[in-house]
Amino acid sequence: MATAPHMELRNVGKRFGGVQAVADLSLSIDRGTIHALVGENGAGKSTVGKMIAGVHRPDAGELLLDGRVVRYHAPRDALADGVTIIAQELALVPQRSVLENVFLRSGRASHLTARDKRQRYAELQEEAGFEVPADVRVASLRVADQQKVEILKALARDAQLIVMDEPTAVLNSAETERLFHAVRALRDRGTSIVFVSHFLEDVLSLVDTVTILRDGKHIRTGPAAQESPETLVTGMLGRTFDTSFPEKVPVAQDAPVVAAVRGLCAAGFVKDISFDVRAGEIVGLAGLVGSGRSEVARAIFGADKRDAGDVEVAGEAVDIASPRDGVRAGIALLPEDRKGQGLLMQRSILDNITLPHLDRVSAGGVVSPVREQKAVDDLISRIGIRASSPAAKVNTLSGGNQQKVLFAKWLFGRPSLLITDEPTRGVDVGAKRAIYELIHSLAAEGVGVLVISSELEEVLGLAHRVLVLREGRLVAEFDQSQMSEESVMRAIFAADAGDGEGLAS
Amino acid sequence: MTVPEVETPLTPGARRLSSSWLRVEAVRDYGIVFAFLAMFITLSLSSPVFLTSANLLNVLNQSSEVGIIAVAGTLVVIAGGFDLSVGAIYAVGGVVAAQTVPDIGVPGALLAGVLVGLGFGICNGAIVTVGRINPFVATLASQIIVRGIALVLTGGTLITVTDPSFATLGQGSVFTIRYAVLVWLGFAVIVALLLGRTTFGRYVYAVGGNAEAARLSGIRVGLVRGVTFALSGLAAGLAGVVVASRVSTGQADTGAGLELAAIAAIVIGGTSILGGEGAIWRTVLGVVLITLIGNGFNLLNVDPTYQQIFQGVIILLAVGIDAWARRSRR
Ligand SMILES: Nc1ncnc2c1ncn2[C@@H]1O[C@H](COP(=O)(O)OP(=O)(O)OP(=O)(O)O)[C@@H](O)[C@H]1O
Ligand SMILES: [Mg+2]
Repeated sequence: MATAPHMELRNVGKRFGGVQAVADLSLSIDRGTIHALVGENGAGKSTVGKMIAGVHRPDAGELLLDGRVVRYHAPRDALADGVTIIAQELALVPQRSVLENVFLRSGRASHLTARDKRQRYAELQEEAGFEVPADVRVASLRVADQQKVEILKALARDAQLIVMDEPTAVLNSAETERLFHAVRALRDRGTSIVFVSHFLEDVLSLVDTVTILRDGKHIRTGPAAQESPETLVTGMLGRTFDTSFPEKVPVAQDAPVVAAVRGLCAAGFVKDISFDVRAGEIVGLAGLVGSGRSEVARAIFGADKRDAGDVEVAGEAVDIASPRDGVRAGIALLPEDRKGQGLLMQRSILDNITLPHLDRVSAGGVVSPVREQKAVDDLISRIGIRASSPAAKVNTLSGGNQQKVLFAKWLFGRPSLLITDEPTRGVDVGAKRAIYELIHSLAAEGVGVLVISSELEEVLGLAHRVLVLREGRLVAEFDQSQMSEESVMRAIFAADAGDGEGLAS
Repeated sequence: MTVPEVETPLTPGARRLSSSWLRVEAVRDYGIVFAFLAMFITLSLSSPVFLTSANLLNVLNQSSEVGIIAVAGTLVVIAGGFDLSVGAIYAVGGVVAAQTVPDIGVPGALLAGVLVGLGFGICNGAIVTVGRINPFVATLASQIIVRGIALVLTGGTLITVTDPSFATLGQGSVFTIRYAVLVWLGFAVIVALLLGRTTFGRYVYAVGGNAEAARLSGIRVGLVRGVTFALSGLAAGLAGVVVASRVSTGQADTGAGLELAAIAAIVIGGTSILGGEGAIWRTVLGVVLITLIGNGFNLLNVDPTYQQIFQGVIILLAVGIDAWARRSRR
């Protein structure tokens, strides 16, 4: 410890308007270590990461790189010092190819010849342990794949210090494992990593040092080996907290079917999907990214055209040709990409929440501010959105709080079928539990819920029944008694395992 | 957006807000107010004539045509569109009104001018939404077509209206306030209520802010966009009718450059050219500010040739401050 730390923050502070996001924070990141930042939504983790990488400028204190004071005015300056960030909100150029994005402003690597770039890209994929086709446009990729592109991009920059802000939020467990492998390899080569995540078990298995933040303040920093998920949660919240899944309430024997899907075909590769969701039932949809989970959800809701098949809501056939039809039929879809598909970032929390069902707080096309405020206040406190006021713009909220706004938006209409695609993406432990409870209480009120998640644990912990999709087909169904991590995993991966199961068409 | 002064505790953990507020943001959000007040105070101090009701009403009267058009144009911009055809529609509206007076009488003719504007606006909306043509290109083309129609209608000549009652709308007044001013301010109030208080207004913001999120919220994105173009056409027709009435003539080649004056006013007011953000009161202040510049040049006997340079600089400042505030927020 005689040498100066790789990056040191001294009494750093950052304020946004009236919000003190980070206050008087001092922190050292040692070279060649993985250093986790944990804390609730809005604790200031991303803000710290962004200050390190030159995205934000601290308005108090100083940053020292190898003991030398540095002042970054832009991410470019930090990059010149070998410091980069994989931001929580993905920032790729959607119209450009994966390859172009990966080598965009990547320092020396941007000057490589086309051939060398391909070569280097292949190496990067090897290094990271996953593959993304090089020539497709980023816009056509799923969120999980976009996240991988971000990771490859950071690797391409050959940075000495990489801030990773919730890189695993959209990855499944296998992908996460591969990423961790890559991160450890980076560390062993002397790269320092700042790792932000809400998956505390994962954090503890990966990192060397953990720093806990609460309300923008430093709580403690210590070796990961001395922490457990419980001690971290206690530090983050300032109190003990039960992080288990709420107990499942059995579905009534005679519960009516709220939604019946018959012979659904969509997106060209999703074929012949049929299932029911009953009132009060939580159905999990498991499968790899690309297995057709999101496509099924979007086709039911009307976000994409169905190729074939019917949807019945509450026993009646409904012809859903657009999201508008879906909303009217009482279906709600929480999209996986909250920034691109879910929220109006420059509008207030209030405007966002009431948008799909404005008619409920208006008369003759005129919005009633009183009714709106009242309806929204209830939801905000029920879901626990942390913001300065309901009039705060969504782009001033932390990632997790944005996710909660998305939830509030779709609960506002009291749907009969709620489809949630990655419901707890980027949400802290407390809020996660709150969202689980919310899903349960909605089910208890008779809402049918379809949960899509890359976290198998979440699907198993929430659902009464799990459906497994593979390559666009419904390949297995598990009820409560058969549901185990191992059996579901096997169904998810069966094709990869190479068992020659024939798929009848 | 308003700046919350007092903390509203949403949940026990909500952050404390301090009383101080980032100045940069204030400049961006209220820059138009500062600029407006600065201009107003400067002119009040430097010219004895400025602060008379006659002069102020004159300023409003002069700004009425750009004002009517810019107010509706604000809706188009917030919804993520752009309307370059308003100058041409304005000409056609006036021409139609002037030409139809002998046949259908003054009220009918005025209405006809407005409805023709609405009709062209609906066409614009359909081209942009159903035809999926970029609004910039679509209205650039329709501007040329509509201007051509105006020329065909008039055969290139001035249409003079002899019926004296035709001039009432443009020249008449109550309590020294011109009808044109009332039409403008009344229209601004109606559109402001439409944008600020109705479900349609919310949809306009949603469609411009994030079209995909709006679609997934069940909003008919095309319809909302189309309606903003229709209203813009209607406003252009209305402005054309008001001015045709003021001068008792219809003319095919008036209104050139009006679309740019309107967009300048919208931008100076602080409505984002990128869509999803903005307000009518901003545009109203923007329009009046531009007119004040002209008025000030007259009152202070400055060479009017400098006026354009000054206006251009103000536009640059407005847009520059906007961009600067966005950057320094990070
Ligand atoms: N650009 C901004 N403008 C205004 N406020 C901001 C901005 N960015 C962050 N904040 C505020 O600063 C605080 C810290 O936010 P930050 O994004 O660092 O939290 P976080 O710990 O990363 O949370 P999460 O787990 O939800 O991602 C929050 O209260 C947030 O609302
Ligand atoms: Mg964050």
